[in-house]
Amino acid sequence: MTPVALRHRLAERGIDARLLLLGPAALFVAALFIYPFCYGIAVSLQPAEGGPFAAYQSFFADAYQRDTIATTLWIALPAALLNVLASVPIAYRMRGRFRGKRVLTTVLVVPITLGTVLTAEGLLNFLGPTGWFNRVLLGLGLVDAPVSLTHNYWGVFLSLVITGFPFAFLLVLSYLSGIDPSLEKAGAVLGAGWAQRFFRITLPLLAPGLATTFCLTFVLAFSVFPSAILVGDPSGTTRVISIAAYEAAYVRYDYAGGAAAAIVMGLVELVVIGLVLGLRGLLYTGSTSGGKG
Amino acid sequence: MTTGSRFDRLRLDGVSRRFGGADALAGLDLTIERGEFITLLGPSGCGKSTALNCLAGLLPLTRGSIWRDETRLDTLPPEQRGFGMVFQNYALFPHMSVRKNIAFGLQMRKVARAEVRRRTDEAIRLVHLESHADKLPGQLSGGQQQRVAIARAVVVEPSLVLMDEPLSNLDAKLRLEMRTEIRRLHQSLGLTTVYVTHDQEEALSMSDRLVVLRAGRVQQIGTPEQVHTRPANRHIADFMGFRNLLPVRVGEMAGAGVIVDGGGLHLTGSPVGEPRPGEPAVAAIRPEDIRIAAHPGEGVEVTVEVVEYQGREVSAEVRTGDGTLLHLRTARRLAPKDRIEVVLDPGRLLVFPAGPDEQGSEP
Repeated sequence: MTPVALRHRLAERGIDARLLLLGPAALFVAALFIYPFCYGIAVSLQPAEGGPFAAYQSFFADAYQRDTIATTLWIALPAALLNVLASVPIAYRMRGRFRGKRVLTTVLVVPITLGTVLTAEGLLNFLGPTGWFNRVLLGLGLVDAPVSLTHNYWGVFLSLVITGFPFAFLLVLSYLSGIDPSLEKAGAVLGAGWAQRFFRITLPLLAPGLATTFCLTFVLAFSVFPSAILVGDPSGTTRVISIAAYEAAYVRYDYAGGAAAAIVMGLVELVVIGLVLGLRGLLYTGSTSGGKG
Repeated sequence: MTTGSRFDRLRLDGVSRRFGGADALAGLDLTIERGEFITLLGPSGCGKSTALNCLAGLLPLTRGSIWRDETRLDTLPPEQRGFGMVFQNYALFPHMSVRKNIAFGLQMRKVARAEVRRRTDEAIRLVHLESHADKLPGQLSGGQQQRVAIARAVVVEPSLVLMDEPLSNLDAKLRLEMRTEIRRLHQSLGLTTVYVTHDQEEALSMSDRLVVLRAGRVQQIGTPEQVHTRPANRHIADFMGFRNLLPVRVGEMAGAGVIVDGGGLHLTGSPVGEPRPGEPAVAAIRPEDIRIAAHPGEGVEVTVEVVEYQGREVSAEVRTGDGTLLHLRTARRLAPKDRIEVVLDPGRLLVFPAGPDEQGSEP
């Protein structure tokens, strides 16, 4: 076998010099993700006292720590769901070409560029007890006392919706644009009204994309930290799991405990994503075009 | 199967569609009788697909109206027109099996379940897809997808079937088979069909009547034979295979014929429109209507330049002494640089006025 032939055979399996282009990315992932992740696992297994799983045992034994999982899920799941569900009708309406589409998209996407802190600031000013929103409600005589929308569950929820919606919207819009428009036309000529066209043609083709979008916005929402403190109730109803990890590591200097909380957080995310992607696997996930064309 | 919604004729009355100031379709008047196979024919951009989409209700009209007997259709959304349509890319629902694709229109019409089953099975048999009924469209070949699209359109027994270049994605052999298949279905199911194509051979072989369009305007409406033998203007002639279009000057009228001169040729032909003596005209003749002279001195002397083998015949490009290029077909084996004499059949030579007839022959 000559060396040339060997090179050809390797190239046929995708092994050639271009593989080196993956180098920088692989290095990046290894240095900034794989190494810290393994380091975190190692730290979590070396608590100051007790066996290797003592940090996990104490996390799950203490209701104050354990309940952060439910608290975070209780914020992140509805927020992610709302982001996805709200994106669908807006993106559906905007899937074609029309005048002003770019302006409208920009307006919808601008919140991405605002940091969490700026959003929190705005929420406090707008929705706080003396903010415009409550002043308008009071002025119109709709309520007797200011509605409490900050420093509680709703503050964090709204903040997650404001920052998470643009992501969900952009993703859903691109999934929708990938569905062949002639399919809906065919549905219309065959006698389907808009609701039947949406639920029987568009939605089944869009559903896998919605599942993926849900996973991404869920992960964003699940790791909420700044807004849980700034517009939330960080010692009570919005004591999310990232706060538990932060307190363990930097308030109590219990690095193993902090690392354990972080690993638990990652595992919960994996379970939710695994479930959603498992359900996604039951859907039709093939081509979204109507044939050759 | 019989035609579901009975009707006698479908009438298009001045149907027009503008896109941003440009006429994609200008004033299409057409009456379609029940059972007819009508083809809209023309080069790309001529407005034929626009006309079909207007008819289907997928494009609103800018002006004009569409009537089925006394019912006005153009104000109805597509789902209420009761037509069937075969799309150029088939537009099969990729997440539904062949059976479900075909059943879709029946389900939308709230047909009883057992009836849906029966008619779907019948349609699947009709297009010979029994063994593929539970496959997804992505698992089928192009020709099979095409047949699903046709079955899906005809199973609802539509008053009108619209077909938008349905054969353009198939290979040549399959195209011929499906051509016969579509014509057979049209006849056996008693369909009324409006078919769009840019392929003149397809149009001639399938249709009862042709509507030739150019730049959004109707150029000619007639039977395949009328359009084939007497195209209404030089653009249609060009499109219908009159490959030899010679710029000439009209000499004198000779009875029903007309004598023209140009490029060193002195020819007799039949006038179409009103070529006037002394004015420029276009003489058009098909390659197969130019024959090689039987006796020396009978025809025009030419030199063979290019010969293309085409089975029983060859297609040759020849040049006259004055440099005019002619295309002809002959069974004789020719070779480049051969010197031959050719005769242009006066009965098949058409003479069109060369005037600016961009607006169609009968505006």
